[in-house]
Formats: sequence, structure tokens, C-alpha cells
Amino acid sequence: MNIIEVNHINKSFGAVRALNDIKFSVKEGEIFGLIGPDGAGKTTLFRLFTTLLLPDKGQIFINNKNVVKHYKEIRHIMGYMPGRFSLYQDLSVEENLQFFATIFQSSIEENYDLIKPIYSQIEDFKKRRAGALSGGMKQKLALSCALIHKPQILVLDEPTTGVDSVSRKEFWEILHQLKEKGITIVVSTPYMDEAGLCDRVALIQKGRILSIDTPLNIEKSFPKHLYAIKTKDMHKLIHDLEKYQYTHSTFPFGQFVHYTDKRNEFNIRDVYDYLEKNSHIQISIDKIKAGIEDCFMELMINQEEK
Amino acid sequence: MKAFLGFIKKEFIHIFRDFKTMIILFGIPVTQIMIFGYAVTNEISNVKVIILDNAKDEISRDIIHKIEASRYFMIADYIQDPNDIEAYFKKGDVKEAIIFEKDLEKKLRKEGTASIQLILDAIDANTATLIESYTSSIIRTSVNEKYSNPQLIRIQPEFRMLYNENMEGTYMFVPGTMALILILISAMMTSISITKEKELGTMEILLVSPLRPTQIIIGKVIPYFFLSFINAVIILALSYFVFDVPIYGNFFLLMALSMLFIMMALSLGIMISTLSSSQQSAMMISIFVLMLPTMLLSGFIFPIDNMPTLLQLLSNVVPAKWYISIVKKIMLVGVDFQFVIKETLILFGMCILFIGVSIKRFKIRLD
Repeated sequence: MNIIEVNHINKSFGAVRALNDIKFSVKEGEIFGLIGPDGAGKTTLFRLFTTLLLPDKGQIFINNKNVVKHYKEIRHIMGYMPGRFSLYQDLSVEENLQFFATIFQSSIEENYDLIKPIYSQIEDFKKRRAGALSGGMKQKLALSCALIHKPQILVLDEPTTGVDSVSRKEFWEILHQLKEKGITIVVSTPYMDEAGLCDRVALIQKGRILSIDTPLNIEKSFPKHLYAIKTKDMHKLIHDLEKYQYTHSTFPFGQFVHYTDKRNEFNIRDVYDYLEKNSHIQISIDKIKAGIEDCFMELMINQEEK
Repeated sequence: MKAFLGFIKKEFIHIFRDFKTMIILFGIPVTQIMIFGYAVTNEISNVKVIILDNAKDEISRDIIHKIEASRYFMIADYIQDPNDIEAYFKKGDVKEAIIFEKDLEKKLRKEGTASIQLILDAIDANTATLIESYTSSIIRTSVNEKYSNPQLIRIQPEFRMLYNENMEGTYMFVPGTMALILILISAMMTSISITKEKELGTMEILLVSPLRPTQIIIGKVIPYFFLSFINAVIILALSYFVFDVPIYGNFFLLMALSMLFIMMALSLGIMISTLSSSQQSAMMISIFVLMLPTMLLSGFIFPIDNMPTLLQLLSNVVPAKWYISIVKKIMLVGVDFQFVIKETLILFGMCILFIGVSIKRFKIRLD
């Protein structure tokens, strides 16, 4: 069953087209990821979900209810964690939680079981002001606050931005535990490596959805052979590959350059020879499997060519 | 309802935890009333005076005696030569020289008129004027006591200012300060505290929550309503007990109309918050739209009657003008409600207008 249904949504801010004909659905009980760089339109989309903005065109249904007409009911079943950790800096950890519990007509005791795995990690600091917490702890508190009224759907806008990698990993583990409890989670992230942790992802760029599928299928659908190339002089390597007549795409990727060729059938030896001719040394070329980021780049090129 | 109470509780925590807010709420009112009460009042005390008595008769001795006894003056020296006066003034601490004419009493009796020369250090022109009029008043009293028909016999000191409002002027700071403080706290603090939520992003969650927008707004306003009211009481108490400012009219009427003014200021604050998206802009709007007109165009510092016609017209839209008028009339003149009906209705109308605009502009959504 689809718990969220998004139909041909358009939203503009003045001349800026923030969302362009967005259409997708989220299944009940899944972790759905919106992956895209800053300014792709993720936050705008979330604000439409949470009834904070109105679409120019199209409809959104949550639990078969139109978000514009039935916003009051929808606000009860939705847990929302905005992009910045929206906590009251001058209230203590406990007071923040208490406050959000009361305004959502719930109490800490009522839903303690649900938040326990998260809240217990910060409970030692419950007298501390939220402003004095570390990024990871703020994130956990914000999540506890979003969960305190036991929502059916959890909407998390870039919950891992600005948080250290250990906390990020812990956070995703928590999300999987929540999924086990039947909560549908819609999460956005600019980190491509987090895509694999979602059940399904939508790749979004400049207000358009590039692709929607499971992370695995998206990776499988990569249309080209992909190579990771490394030589001694990386700067020159990028430069030379960009000049190479058969280059389809090159992207620096850590200590490698990811390369695809314009030709469908070819011998990678050609590239090796070309690099050698351009006096590169310590050349290594490996065929690799495409990751989400490669797919994203590929889709972006296609989009621009269109 | 529980959610609403929780919200109000949260607002109080914000206020009481923030040192700066507490300073603005309670430090500023007390400081201001003290500054206006002590420093800006037109009162003089212990002014140093030198005397050149060429008359040395009954009337001059009586005047000197009265000046000596007054708490406004202190006789620094008696001199013999008028050429010494300049030296005293140059030292700086002597502000006035009083010179009695020879045969003062005789002249008075014979000609019905005589003169006493007052020489003043007019570097501070306002104070000089005051000193002059205080001295003149002492001289007048003395002459009045001495002669049964003082209408006929007169010492005529020369006044540069015809009328001294001093005795009333000392009280004038109270209505103005009340207006300023109430508008500052009510309007500025509410607008800042609402825009703060927008800036921090917590407004998003509040809007997503089942709390209704009216509950959010009323919840924001209630704490400031309370605190503003307490402030009004503090200001009145300070002026009554510390500065002996009388309250001639009905105290409860004054408080009731102060509450109306607070309501008006709060709705103005809400309106400002719907017009601005950051704390900074809320603050700037508050200062330029509220504080400056309240100080300059309300009759608090500059009398409205002396302004150019354009500014006089403009002053009518400054809420503080009407409130100051109410406070003056009730506190210092002691009138009944019927004499402030016009002001009350104007404030009430402004209140309704601001609430209307706020409701129209406050969004249940973000855009």
C-alpha cells in the first residue's frame, strides 16, 4: 500500500522553479531516500509533505488524504525533523522533549518505549541545555522530539548533515530499528553513500527526479563500462582525459578518476596507450562497478543533454 | 489546553533564562525612571550664590535670610566690590550673583519700585533660567510678606522666560517613560520572540504541530502581557514613592487603560513579526517605527504644540501620544473616564486594526 502519493507536483518561488513535475509514491513501512545536492528541491518537497507549503500544481496524498484539505489530520500522524535541528537552545534536553510531547498532546511516559533506544543515549545529559550538546546528540534529541507523539510517518530533512561519521552510522541503525516498528520513513541526504541504506531512493536534481528505484537496481542500470584510473600526476590525468576524443565522462573520485568511454565496444588498452603517449607513469586502470554517485553523475549528463 | 499551557510555560522559561531579556524587562524600566527622575528633571539644588548687599536694610536682610534657608541655594560669599563678581564666575562653581541697590527699602516706600540685579552664569541656559525664576520668586514672597498692599509696591526682577513650568515639569517624565517602556517591552519583545522561532526553524515544528496558530500567538503574548503590567506597576510605584509624583485620579482606571495600551502594543508587536522574517529586521522595525516616534512625536520630549503642522498631524498616528495624554490627565489632573474617552477609543481602534492585520497576515503555512 502506498502511504504517500505525489502527483505531478510543481512549485516555484518567483522565477525559480523549485520542483518540476515531481511524481512518486512511498510504500508503507519503507525507508525512502531523497538523494540530491543542496538546492535540488528536497526541503521544498518535504515542506509540501508536512503541509507547510502549498503546491502550485499537482496533489499530494498521505494516507489517501489530500495534504491541502486535510492538513490538520495529517499533522497528527506526521513526525517532522526540519533541516536545522529545530530545538530550543535555552531549554534542557528533558524540557525540549517534554515541550514537544505536550504540544503534540502526548507525554514522555506514553511513548517512552519508542524513543528509548535513542533517548537513553542522551538521557545522562537530560539537565543540559540543548544549545550545549554536540551535533550528534542534538540530532538524537531532535529525532526523539519528532517521535514523541508516535507518528506513522517520519519525515527527516538532512538529519545527518553536520554530524560526525560515527553518529551518522548510529543514526541509520536507529532508523532501521524504527522501520521494524512499522514507521514509514522519508529521509533526504546529500551524501550518496547513504543511499544504499534506504529501501528505495529518488535521485533529485534541480527540481526534477532523475530516477527512482532500489539502490541496487539503480546501480545495475548504469549503462556504461566504468573504469577507475590512477596515475602519478592526477591533475594532468584529468586534464588529458578531458581532451581525449573518446571520453564520455570523467569524474575525480577520491584518489581515482572514474572514466566512461563514448564507444560501446572498445579495448581499454587504447586508453592506456593514450595516457602513456602523454607521458603518464604508474598508470593503473581497473574496471569497477558503478556506485550511486556514478549513476547520479551519468543521469545528470543525460539530463543536460536533453 | 494542556498543550497551550505547556507552550506558555516554555515562553516563561525563555524569558527567565535569558539574561539579556531580563535586563531589558526589568533593568531598563528601573534605570530609565531613575535617569529621568533624577537627572533629567528640571530641579535645582544647592546653587552657589554670591551677594553684594549695598542696601543693608530690613528687606535685603530678609531676602538674604530666605535664600540662605532655601534648599535650592547656598550662599558662597558676601562681596563688597562688583568687580569681584567675574572672578567668582570664572572659577565656575558660583552660578548667580545678587546685587541689592542702595536704599532699597527707602526707594520702595517712596517710589513704590526698586531694583535688585541678578547676574547669572548662563553657560547652561536652562539652569540659569530656573535659578533666576527661583530667586525672583523668593524676592516676591519676601516683598509680599512685608507689605500689606503688595499690589502697589513691587520689586520687578527681569524675566527672560515668562513662565516657569518647573513645579509641574518634574512630573512630566512619568507618562512618557511609561509609554516608552510599555511599547518597548510589549511590541519589541513579542515581535523578536516570534521571529526568533522563525529564524531557529522551530516555527516549522510549531506549525506542523496540532497547536492552532491563534494558540501560538496568544501563548507568545500572555507572558509579555503579564510582565508589561508588572512593569507599569513598578514605574508607578517608583514615581509615587521615590519621586513623590502624585496620582490625583483613579488608580484602577489608570491601570485599566494601561492594560489597553499594553494590548495595543502587543498586537503591534505581532503585526511587526508577521512583516519581518528575522530578529534583526524585527528589531530595526521596532526601533524606527516604535521607539523613535514614541520619544520624538508623542509629546514626551518635545511639546507637540511647538511642532510644524505636518509633524503635528503625524503625531496623531503615534499611539504613545494618546496614552501619554491619558496618563497625564488621570495622574496629574485627576479627571474621570469621560475626559479620556476620545483617547481610549483611538487606542482601542488601533488595537483592533493591528490584530486584524496580524490575523490576515499570520500564516498557517510558511509562504
